[in-house]
Amino acid sequence: MKAPPFAYVRANSLPEIFELLATHGDGAKLLAGGQSLLASLNLRLSTPTVLIDITRVPGLSGIAVSRAQVRIGALTTHAEVEASPEIAAALPLLAQAAPHIAHAAIRNAGTFGGSIAMADPAAEWPACCVALDAAFVIESKTGSRKTSARKFFQGLYTTDLQPNEVLTAIEIPLPGPQYRSAFLELARRRGDYGIVGLAAIAKNINGTLSDVRLAFLGAGQTPMLARMAMAAVEGKHLSPPVIAASAQALAHDLDPSGDIYSTAVTKMHLARVLTGRALTALAA
Amino acid sequence: MEHSVETTIIVNGATVRRRIPARLHLIDFLREELGLTGSHVGCEHGVCGACTLRVDGRMVRGCLMLAVQADGKRVDTIEGLSDSGELAELQQAFHVRNALQCGFCTPGMLMAAHDLVRNKPEATREQIRAHMSGNYCRCTGYHAIIDAVETVLAAHRKGGMQT
Repeated sequence: MKAPPFAYVRANSLPEIFELLATHGDGAKLLAGGQSLLASLNLRLSTPTVLIDITRVPGLSGIAVSRAQVRIGALTTHAEVEASPEIAAALPLLAQAAPHIAHAAIRNAGTFGGSIAMADPAAEWPACCVALDAAFVIESKTGSRKTSARKFFQGLYTTDLQPNEVLTAIEIPLPGPQYRSAFLELARRRGDYGIVGLAAIAKNINGTLSDVRLAFLGAGQTPMLARMAMAAVEGKHLSPPVIAASAQALAHDLDPSGDIYSTAVTKMHLARVLTGRALTALAA
Repeated sequence: MEHSVETTIIVNGATVRRRIPARLHLIDFLREELGLTGSHVGCEHGVCGACTLRVDGRMVRGCLMLAVQADGKRVDTIEGLSDSGELAELQQAFHVRNALQCGFCTPGMLMAAHDLVRNKPEATREQIRAHMSGNYCRCTGYHAIIDAVETVLAAHRKGGMQT
């Protein structure tokens, strides 16, 4: 279908975005890469009165690696993250996840910050950010604040972001050298909407895992940090019983809902399969 | 608030200036305003790849971009790349390998394949499959398309074809 009518305005600076948000209130939507927003407009799932195009605002894009963290500008595209040698070296989890994000043409346009702000529970970056304990930099007319990824996602497409605020950057602490990561996702076609996916990271010392973090996509209303499943592996040398205990604990952690392709039971089964694969990869 | 915006787009090298309704997708602008109907419209939500275009050198979905967003940008369509000869080898390979039947997906397939030829000439068959995964074809069963792309990449590696 075609998008419903709306007005369009291009912002050229952050203060201009704040002004426009103040003027248009709830009817306004920020347009970044547009790869989810325009699809939802075409499907008439959303009917904003005005789109504020922020893609030409300078300073909101780019990847900066420092000693303790990686900072990713909100307008950095998925393709830029995917192609970045700095990301591959510093945060392999993101490099592992990037190829699962839709298709090449969409990765060229879609943005990291857009995916976070959209808060699709089946999206890859939100799960990665929860696993990596990222912080989000949020700006408004009154200043700047940071919020933890683990507190940011509040429900289906619902976040801590207020109507007068803009997500401007993502800050991810660097894991140490002994950390391993794995990103796994099951989809009907490569690049399609994930049925269930898992962003996993842990410290591996001779096959013993600690600081284990398992964040699922497609397994609830938000990215889901599987705390019980994590606790079942913490400090253990990986073995089949440990994997089984972790997979079993997912019943307490996840809350997948069925859809036209997969029932909730199927998704829970798939989550357990991915848990086994991910833990095996982390311990290898 | 403006519901239509004065917009300048460089389409296949020619500068086009129009007042464009904000809600008009780039693909519909090209097809309906400019008569460039080589790129097709399929699903209109980014799934099928029939509307694949090149904007400022990067492959994008024509149905997930507003025409007004292309202001000041260079847009290349299947017509432009076909006329310039850039696609000739791929077109030949698609023909020889029987990589099309009804032809609906073919413009998008050629655009996606060309993006690979330009940017990842060393791609393996598996990487070709991954790269082309965003384009649906309901006729060929895909293998012939992958064969055609592989043929062009292999010929390039032997130095037999020039881009």
